[in-house]
Order: sequence, then C-alpha cells, then structure tokens
Amino acid sequence: MTASILTVDDSSSLRIAIRIALSGAGYAVTEAADGMEGLEKARSAKFDMIIADLNMPRMNGLEMIREIRKLPIQLGTPIIFLTTESDEGMKQDARQSGATGWLVKPFVPEQLLRVAAKVLSR
Amino acid sequence: MNGQDPIAAFRVEAGELLVGIEQALLDLTHDLESRDLVDTVFRGLHTLKGSGAMFGFDALANFTHHCETAFDRVRKGKVPATQELVAVILSAMDHMQALVDGDGSGLAAAGDDILARLHNAIGDDNEAMVAAAPGDGDGNGAVPATHGASGWRVTFYLPPDAMANGTNPLALLDEMRGLGDAKVTALTDRIPPLAELDASQCHIGWQVELRGDVTREDIEDVFIFVMDDMELDIVPLACGEEDPAISATEIAAQPVQAEAAAVGEARETSPVETGAASTADTARGRPVGTPTESVRVPAERLDVLMDRVGELVIVQSRLAQLAHGGVRGPAGELALRSVAEDIERLASELRDTMMVLRMVPVASLFGRFRRLVHDLARETGKTIELSTHGETTEVDKTVIERLADPMVHLIRNACDHGLETAEDRIAAGKPAAGQVRLSAQQAAGEVLITIRDDGRGIDRERVRAKAEAQGLIEPGQQMSDSELMQMIFHPGFSTAAQVTNLSGRGVGMDVVKRTIESLRGTIDIASNPGEGSTVTLRIPLTLAIIDGLLVRVGEGRYVIPLGAVEECIELSLEDDLRSRGRSFVTLRDRLVPFIRMRDMFETGTRPDPHQKIVVITTGGERVGLVVDQIIGSHQTVIKAMSALHRDVPAFAGATILGDGSVALILDTLQLVSVGQAQEERLLAAG
Repeated sequence: MTASILTVDDSSSLRIAIRIALSGAGYAVTEAADGMEGLEKARSAKFDMIIADLNMPRMNGLEMIREIRKLPIQLGTPIIFLTTESDEGMKQDARQSGATGWLVKPFVPEQLLRVAAKVLSR
Repeated sequence: MNGQDPIAAFRVEAGELLVGIEQALLDLTHDLESRDLVDTVFRGLHTLKGSGAMFGFDALANFTHHCETAFDRVRKGKVPATQELVAVILSAMDHMQALVDGDGSGLAAAGDDILARLHNAIGDDNEAMVAAAPGDGDGNGAVPATHGASGWRVTFYLPPDAMANGTNPLALLDEMRGLGDAKVTALTDRIPPLAELDASQCHIGWQVELRGDVTREDIEDVFIFVMDDMELDIVPLACGEEDPAISATEIAAQPVQAEAAAVGEARETSPVETGAASTADTARGRPVGTPTESVRVPAERLDVLMDRVGELVIVQSRLAQLAHGGVRGPAGELALRSVAEDIERLASELRDTMMVLRMVPVASLFGRFRRLVHDLARETGKTIELSTHGETTEVDKTVIERLADPMVHLIRNACDHGLETAEDRIAAGKPAAGQVRLSAQQAAGEVLITIRDDGRGIDRERVRAKAEAQGLIEPGQQMSDSELMQMIFHPGFSTAAQVTNLSGRGVGMDVVKRTIESLRGTIDIASNPGEGSTVTLRIPLTLAIIDGLLVRVGEGRYVIPLGAVEECIELSLEDDLRSRGRSFVTLRDRLVPFIRMRDMFETGTRPDPHQKIVVITTGGERVGLVVDQIIGSHQTVIKAMSALHRDVPAFAGATILGDGSVALILDTLQLVSVGQAQEERLLAAG
C-alpha cells in the first residue's frame, strides 16, 4: 500500500533530508547516489515516483531520465527533477527528456510532500 | 557519511564542496578564460547555497548567494574573470568554512568586509547584488490574478506525451474536483480515427466548469508541471449560467439515456481510459479492486472445494455420456434434467465455497489498530484502552484491505476528538482511561463493524453552527438528529476547525463515507453528549456477487440490490394520475414517497400501462422506485464502472445479462438523494 519513491542525488545530506521528509510521511524511500545507480535501481524495481537531481557524476539526470523512459517497467512513472537549476531552457530540455515536473532547491519538506501527494494523486 | 544526522552530513559535504571550489579557483588563476572552471565554481557555490538554506545555515546561504551572483555574471560574460575577483572569492572560502563550522555569530562584520571587496572587484552597480534573496528562483511564472469569480470554465488539452511522462489526467481532474463543485466534460474532437490512434497518447481534452471560491492561481497550480506545453484556457463563468445542481443530474442521466450509447462511448474512450487507468493504478502503488497478495486458507476449506470439483467431474462425464448417446424418450429427458439440476446445485455450492475461501477474520484488521491506539495515546497524552470483540468474524479479503484506511481515520477521530484528557474525564465523573471499543459481527449477509468511544460525544450545536457557516443548511432549519449527523460527512466539513495535526492526513469524513459506500456499505453515527459516540459500518460480506432485482425503465435495464427491496406493488393508472405533482403512494395506511425513474433517467418513451413500484429501504427510509417492468430476481456479478464513470452517482456498477446486454446496478442511497434533490428543485420551480 505504501508508495515507493526513488531519490537520486549525489549529495548525501540531501538524500538524507529527502528520506527523512518522505519516510516520515509514510513513503518507502530508495536512494541512489548518481544517474548510473539510479538507472540500475529503476531497472530492477517499479517505483511510484522518482525524484532526481540534474547535475550528477557518471550519468547526469537528463541522460538517466531518457534511459528510464525506455524501461517498460517504469511506464508512466512520474519523475520530478529536484535541482538548483531554474533556467527555462534547462526545464525545456528536461521536459523533452520525459520529466513530469520540476522542483527547485532549496526545498522545504512541505513542498516536497505536496508535490509527492500531487503526483501520486493521493 | 551515511549517518542519520543531515546536519553532520551537510558539514562534511560542504567541506568537500569548498575544497572543490577552492581547487577550481586556484586553477582559474592560471587560466582566467576557462569557461569550464567558471562553471565549476558557479555550480559549487550554487549547490552550497541551496543545501545551506535547506539545512538552516542561513548566514552561509546569504553570503554564498552574493558570491554566486557575482560568478553568475562572469559566467554570462557580463563581467570578466579577474585575478582580483578570484582572490576575493578565495578569501571568501575561509569565511564560508567558518560559517559551516559555527553558527555564524560574530562573523557578520568579516562577511560584510569581503562583500564590499567583492562589489569593488566586479565594479558592481549594486543592482544585481541586492536582487533576489536565496531560494526565490523557482521561476514558475504564475500570472498574478486573484479574481474570485463564482466559477471558471477550464478547457485543457494535455500534451500528447503527458501520460508517458508521468502525468495522470485523472489525478488532475481529481485535484480540480477537490477545489470546488466541478462538472467535467470530455472533449473528444481531437481523437484521431481508430487506424491512426496511438493508444499511449492523450487525445482527449477536458472542459471543467468549476464553481466555488477558487482563484485562477488555484487552477494554474493544478497544472503547474504541464502548463508550459499544454493548451489551457481559464475563463470566468458568466453570472446566471446554468445551475450546478441541474447539471449534476444531467451527468447522472446521460449514461443512462442510452445504454448502447454508453457502451459505444466506452469503446470510443478506451485508449485513454486504459492508459490512464493503468497509470493511475500503478501510480497509487496499489492494485485497484483485485489485490494480488496471497490469502491463507485453512486446509479443510480446500478439501470442501476439492469435493465439489470431484462431483463436478462426475456430473460432467454423465453429461458427456448423454451427449454421445443422444437424449431419447422420457427417460433420456429425465436424465438430462437431473444433470442440469446437479450442475446448478454445484455451481452455487462452488460459488459459496469460493466466497468462503476469500474470507479472512477481522482479527488481522483489528490487530493493526493496537499500535495505532498506543501511538495516539502517547501523542495526545491521554490514557486510552482499546478493546476488541468478534475478531473471528470473517470478511472478504478485499473488503478488509479497503476498510483499513477509513477505520484508521475513525479511530484517530475517536481518540483525538472524542476522548477527553484524563483530567477532564475525572472532572466529568468518568474513569480516567478512555475506552475505544471495536467490534465486529455478522448479520444477514452483512458485517457490522462498530467503533465506539466513551468520550465527550458530538457537539450538535457545533455541527449545526458549522453547517450553517458553510451554507450547508439554512440558519435555524429544522432537521432530524440523523440528518444533522450526516452533515459531518459533507466534503470539507471535517477538515477545518476539527482537524489537529493528528487527524490531518487529508482524509476527511467524506472520504471515509465514500470508501464505505464504494464497498456498498453504509456508515452511521450515533452520539450522546457526554457519553461518547458510536460509528457503525455495515458492509456486505462480499463484493463480487449480489442478488438483485432486474427491472426495466424505458428501454434500459437496471439491477436493484435485493437486500434493499421490501416489496413490489402496482402503480395503477388512476393512482398514477392522482399522484401527479406529489409523488406519494399510500401503502397500508402509510405514505411512501416515490421516484419516477422514467423522469429521472429521461427515457422519453411512453410509460407502460401497468407501471410497478419497487419499495426499497435505504438510509432508514422507505422509498418507492417507479419502473416499467419487473423482470425478476437476478444474481449478478458486479463489474466496476470505468474510471471515467466511477464518480457518476446513483450507479454502483454494471453487469452483463444472459443475452449479452448491459444492465446498470443502482446505488439506492445515492439514487434516492439525487431523486430528492431533483424533486425539491421541481417544487421550488413551482
């Protein structure tokens, strides 16, 4: 019954903050430290939502999302970018790559929960 | 690095970031033209600022913001990178490290000094530096407009790839329904011909008439993630446009008017429906309707099932023999009839056995609430004792799963609002410990679940005051106690003054009621001030099959759940004529109001000369439903309505009849309330 969320971010403090906010609200959180790891996790299990950073080592968020969108298992999974970038062009790139939405860091937990609730349509 | 303390993790990370930035700055002193290095520095500062703000390092975030702004200008080519600038930023690094390590006290002067040098270094006109505090740049350019019209007409077409990209149109519609009274119309004008149709794309548009206290921003907020790529048109509704109540019944009537059309329509919309439904189901992270989890079954029940299957195999071979040998003479016919009877008996026994296999004791449900009550007691500081009764009562597995959420809400309510604190209880002469009692029992095809507390009870005056304040009832309006209690289930009612952080979670009593009703159950509240409240849930034992009365109205066929049916009487032509305008029939000296289903569904055909009234009991009232013909009792396998039709009131589902046509199953409670609303409007219109 609990929705599972994958959070992909190279900042471990941010992952902790995200995990604390989401698991406190009853979501099951899985973490990945970069795009490559995120993609691996997305290959192996279905998630109800993915929250990803844009700038990451090894594989950045845009490359990761393009790969995830090719996975049948993640068909229609909402993917939200949580990033420091707020540039319109970047947003456009992200949407073209298949992003569902965009959230700008720094975020407050309530913001994140609101977006999760919205996307998961609880 | 992987500890639980985000602050400690941030400090470590910030240290690494600072080292990285410093390295890039040092490299930059050798190659001032390098865009890569400028970018690296900028990104590092940006991340530091963002994380700093998030973990409460405001001084750091503020200070870093200025450095970042300066570097942004370098990045955009507005200012050249100079040795001087790099030197200032380098000296700022130490200051940042100090801010990371400490709480920022006593460092303000040093910071201002560095910033002043920074200003000089980039020859700043100050404008860029003071602009925008950190964290403002979320750039969703919402158009400022706080026009609070009586409503809006929202027309939208999502980008074709919206669903593939994780946007669920149904969720958007639900969100809009949450804003106010919404009438949703699907726009099918852009659906391509079947041959060209890509089922994974979203071809349907929607027009939503939204009434209530809603601002344009509220609506734009719904579409925040898709707004840039979609067609969205939001116009205020002109005054005096059609009454929302009438349009509601129109929606109710539409799928009824032509059954065949409804089926056709379903086919027409199926690409979106299937696509959307699958995203919706998976997005919610739970399968809808058919849980895939396993069920534990006692072995003896499987033995019973095996026996039945064994008998079935024997009967099947008898039938095969008959088929080969041919049915000849009276003896042959007798043998065939006997086989038919056996199969009928076995089918019904198999069905019953199958039902029993799906049954699990409510103990599994009640067990979850011990922890909940324990936690609630701790959070509220109250002493709460939970007792459970009838835990061996068995209910369909699906029902159990779907009861969990509403029951959590009801128990939270009882503990949070119902029970008083120990001091208040002692003052009121009650034992200090509050009692919450859960009980379950089976009664005639239904399970009765009660949640009882011995708290303060429901304050009727407050309920009334609130209902009046929200315009649900007229000030001073006469109403029965049970009607007043029903107010609690009104959408939005329980969310305002009552809800504390405990009961929050976005589930109101209206949602509880809807969930119970989706199980074809009912919910009732009884409450005595000072003595506590009792919530009673009545849930059918199983969801899959109901006994129904098949009736015909106009050309459509409908199933009325047999449990609700009391009796059937004839509506003679003279009674019919006499009752015009008041819709009451006298039944054993008592007046029974009735609803003309023909009018309600706007059949448009001539009434049968001998109309019938099916008298049903619903919500504790007797109501007659006037139908054209009673076809007979009919055991029905319920098919759920599609996602698009799910919210149409008055229908609980659909079923397929022996001849392949579709009959809609009536939801009597909703049907009667829709009918009453219609009646009242007619009366008001005179």
